[in-house]
Amino acid sequence: MNRQKRSVSQNDNPFQVLTEELIFLILDFLETAPLDKKSFSLTCKAFYAAEARHRRVLRPLRAEHLPALAARYPSVTDLDLSLCPRVGDGALALVAGAYAETLQRLDLSRSRWFTGSGLLSLGARCGSLVELDLSNATELRDAGVAAVARARNLRKLWLARCKLVTDMGIGCIAVGCRKLRLLCLKWCVGIGDLGVDLVAIKCKELTSLDLSYLPITEKCLPSIFKLQHLEDLVLEGCFGIDDDSLDVDLLKQRCKALKKLDISGCQNISRTGLSKLTKISGGLEKLILADGSPVTLGLVDGLNKLSMLQSIVLDGCPVTSEGLRAIGSLSISIRELSLSKCLGVTDEALSFLVSKHKDLRKLDITCCRKITDVSIASIANSCAGLTSLKMESCTLVPQEAFSLIGQKCHFLEELDLTDNEIDDEGLMSISSCSRLSSLKIGICLNITDRGLTYVGMFCSKLKELDLYRSTGVTDLGISAIACGCLGLEIINTSYCTSISDRALISLSKCSNLMTLEIRGCILVTSIGLAAIAMNCRQLSRLDIKKCYNIDDSGMIPLAHFSQNLRQINLSYSSVSDVGLLSLANISCLQSFTMLHLQGLVPGGLAAALLACGGLTKVKLHLSLRSLLPELLIRHVEARGCVFEWRDKEFQAELDPQCWKLQLEDVM
Amino acid sequence: MDANGRLRANTWARSSSLTSPASGLASDPLSFPGFGLQNNQPKWDDPSNSDYGIRAEVPFKEFNQPSQTQSPLPCNSNNEIEIPDQENCHLNESSQTSTLQDWEPNVILNNLSFLEEKIHQLQDLVHLIVSQKGVGQPNELVTQEQQLITTDLTSIIIQLISTAGSLLPSVRHNLANASSLIGQIDQLRGATVPSGTGGSGSFIQPQNNGEKKKSDQSMQTDLPNNGEMEPNYNMVEQELKDEEDVDDGENLAPGSYEILQLEKEEILAPHTHFCTICGKGFKRDANLRMHMRGHGDEYKTPAALAKPHKESGSPKLIKRYSCPYPGCKRNKDHKKFQPLKTILCVKNHYKRTHCDKSYTCSRCNTKKFSVMADLKTHEKHCGKDKWLCSCGTTFSRKDKLFGHIALFQGHTPAIPLDDTKGVVEAPNHDSKESSKVGNMNFTFGSTPSNGNDVENVMDVKGNSDDPISFFSSLNFDTSFGGFNEFTRPLFDDSEGPFSFVMPGSFKSGGESSPDNLL
Repeated sequence: MNRQKRSVSQNDNPFQVLTEELIFLILDFLETAPLDKKSFSLTCKAFYAAEARHRRVLRPLRAEHLPALAARYPSVTDLDLSLCPRVGDGALALVAGAYAETLQRLDLSRSRWFTGSGLLSLGARCGSLVELDLSNATELRDAGVAAVARARNLRKLWLARCKLVTDMGIGCIAVGCRKLRLLCLKWCVGIGDLGVDLVAIKCKELTSLDLSYLPITEKCLPSIFKLQHLEDLVLEGCFGIDDDSLDVDLLKQRCKALKKLDISGCQNISRTGLSKLTKISGGLEKLILADGSPVTLGLVDGLNKLSMLQSIVLDGCPVTSEGLRAIGSLSISIRELSLSKCLGVTDEALSFLVSKHKDLRKLDITCCRKITDVSIASIANSCAGLTSLKMESCTLVPQEAFSLIGQKCHFLEELDLTDNEIDDEGLMSISSCSRLSSLKIGICLNITDRGLTYVGMFCSKLKELDLYRSTGVTDLGISAIACGCLGLEIINTSYCTSISDRALISLSKCSNLMTLEIRGCILVTSIGLAAIAMNCRQLSRLDIKKCYNIDDSGMIPLAHFSQNLRQINLSYSSVSDVGLLSLANISCLQSFTMLHLQGLVPGGLAAALLACGGLTKVKLHLSLRSLLPELLIRHVEARGCVFEWRDKEFQAELDPQCWKLQLEDVM
Repeated sequence: MDANGRLRANTWARSSSLTSPASGLASDPLSFPGFGLQNNQPKWDDPSNSDYGIRAEVPFKEFNQPSQTQSPLPCNSNNEIEIPDQENCHLNESSQTSTLQDWEPNVILNNLSFLEEKIHQLQDLVHLIVSQKGVGQPNELVTQEQQLITTDLTSIIIQLISTAGSLLPSVRHNLANASSLIGQIDQLRGATVPSGTGGSGSFIQPQNNGEKKKSDQSMQTDLPNNGEMEPNYNMVEQELKDEEDVDDGENLAPGSYEILQLEKEEILAPHTHFCTICGKGFKRDANLRMHMRGHGDEYKTPAALAKPHKESGSPKLIKRYSCPYPGCKRNKDHKKFQPLKTILCVKNHYKRTHCDKSYTCSRCNTKKFSVMADLKTHEKHCGKDKWLCSCGTTFSRKDKLFGHIALFQGHTPAIPLDDTKGVVEAPNHDSKESSKVGNMNFTFGSTPSNGNDVENVMDVKGNSDDPISFFSSLNFDTSFGGFNEFTRPLFDDSEGPFSFVMPGSFKSGGESSPDNLL
């Protein structure tokens, strides 16, 4: 026995001939399969060490693990801490110490508790840091941002919602980080003209600048338009900029590189302002004018000079027929057009438009409630190359029209037919779009298992399917989908009241399933859920609200197998504190929603809250608040969890027809 | 004014025709303007000369205006010509003497030949006028042409004057030590004797005479000043160049004014006006007079209450003041002596420079002042300079700070201390650097003095666009003390027209204050 062991150890490990470079090459190919990498690293010590040395990207669940992780993985370049709710200055100092040489990208967008001193150690030590996401750091002040400014090599910086940062802080960034390419200042309401102006003066290499909802005026615009490399400018919701401010001085500039301009929500920029802007930036490729001034003939005239224009977004703008026709008459060929929630889109104008722009790839006509089969026919006939069509709530389009889409548009990858009259014939036709990856047919009361079977048979690339309240669907349809679309990742069968455990058992074949919403599927029991839990290991979001028949026995397999579960909604189900406590076994679990959970007792809830270390959001009924000890609530909050106390009435379920009538009443 | 303009034009036309033979140098009168300046300036070696040329041009522009609107008819009365003839002879004599001295003959020769050219041009012009009159064109055309010609005339005359003026000082500079001639001339000019004795001053004098009756006080004081200043300008300027402390643009020739020196006790006395009856002291004469009313009806008469009348008419020698502190630049024994203009200037200067700073700012407790007004000015702004730059400069306005940062490389906005709490307690090896940041911030806060100066300069620059409003504040005694701080950079910056206007207007302001004080 002993000798044998020795001989084995003397026998050269066959993998020793593999150099580390070769192993790294192999691992490079496993980059997309984290589970395979995991099993690789668990093979032997040598592989474990090799994998640890190879790993570049790290996305830890808890900041507490950081010391161990830092010891194990020496050459991490990308660190994503967005799953860690609480990242203190100590953790940041540790990161800065461990990865001083290597760290290039750091994401702190959902973390809190760090302050300026933590950022100072990062900025001072991590010389190679090029990307930093500090979004949602609502407590961050100028001092913290000034500390970031020490990272001289920063190329990309996100500061969205850093509301306390003022011109002084961003001034430090402007002076310190001269190499910035991307800067996002969305919702930084403390930053005004002076700060933005200084950024534009100092950071000459900026290519992307997001100034959404900043209280800026025309004063900073001249220096922005002087940026020679600026490609993407977002001025969404900048109410301080108006037509008059876009004056002649500005027009002398030329912003040649600008490719994407977003002035959505700028109500004070009308057609004159737009035409001035388009004069400056002749190379625009994408123009976003959502929620702006009415799309009229005059407005569209301003677009004529944009010879490179490919994409126009007009979401939420009042539209006139003349305006749409003018877009149709533009000399350029548009590839993407969004008219979502535009009032005033008519058949005649839309038909004309699409007949002129035959190269359209993406079309969004969500909630264009006036259009009928005429528009659909011309869309299908003209734009055979469509890859994305979104037409939610085009309620006047009759059933027959959808057949046309399936017959003509074979390249569709994304189709949103929510709240439409489509029936099984239409689905059969659409099933010929073999590249379809996302299909949304929620609130389509006319479809049945027959239609779904066609989809399941022919659309093998389907990844996302939405059947919300399409009550004609039963287990058969779901089974057909599960058999045909093995790559399914997201499925929503909420309120499809006819489906039962059998549907879930068939769905469990889809091993890539990540999101499962079976709200209000009253027939589903714990058995079906257990099947899903055991087979769909990637499951990260689960909604079993109003699945009255799911109880603790469903939670136990879930807790055991679904180690990737992040978010769960247990409202109205029959789960009690026993099931809840078992869920604490899932270390990933971040978000709970538990309203009207009959079997829940405060003691059990308290224990579950304590046991789930990684919680970031818990939605509970207000009545529970007084029953939980205040100290416990504070303790859980201190760990980085946010409580949302809701005071919702207990809602009885309505039958689907009645629900739709109610929905229409509301609209 | 009109009469003067005509007189000037005529005399010059006539004199030039008398002194030099007609040689058709440039037949087209329109090509004259600018000719002298463009072609002759480069020849002059002394840069101050060229400066001078530009400066001299400006005041005469004022005279251009009226002569343009009026159309002076050429009438060659002999009486009018005679005096200018004398002047011209004088001029020639003086230039002869200058050539005799032979200090820099090339320059002088150049200048003289330029003068000659100019005189030829003038002659041609007048010829043209005469011939036109003979032809008898329609009235409108004639007046237009005459206007053109008069403008040409004035520009040529200006060039002539500037050249002539530059001739003389160069001579003087040579003679400065030995010759008593200057003194004489200065005396004469200081007394505003109308007959020109030599140099450029002579051309201005007749105008002054004509204006004296019409124009107001300030104009009267203004013009003799100009006259005085011109000949000495070169000399004084050369002296001043290396001095940072140039207080004002005024450059009086030594000896052209009366120097008064108050004693230290007199300067520091709280009151300057005392009641002859009860002995109570007052800071202002007006207050004393109000007080005197209580002593009897005889002090209530309008005559007693009125300002003591300044003796007008007879030319008054300008008064300048010397600081009693030995060795001070403002002391008359200093070799680069710079006189002080008013008693108030003396007081402020003495307190600021030679006294303890006894007034401390109650807000920052660091800045100290010896003049109460300075303290008040500071207190107005103290603590408001909350916008800091990493270089230590403070700004009262955020946009000024950002303008500063945008301008300089490497300067950063400095985050105030209360905001840097988190940063100060930095980990490991950073602690040193970060504490330095903290310290730096602290010192910024405690020494706003540097920033103050810079801020002042900035503000002044902003104001300099509008000199009128700037000077109007001079008349207020209260603001005078604080105001002195500002004047320095402004006077340094001022060039060309500015420096020329300044002495006069400054003096008018200065004169009003001694009235109150004495």
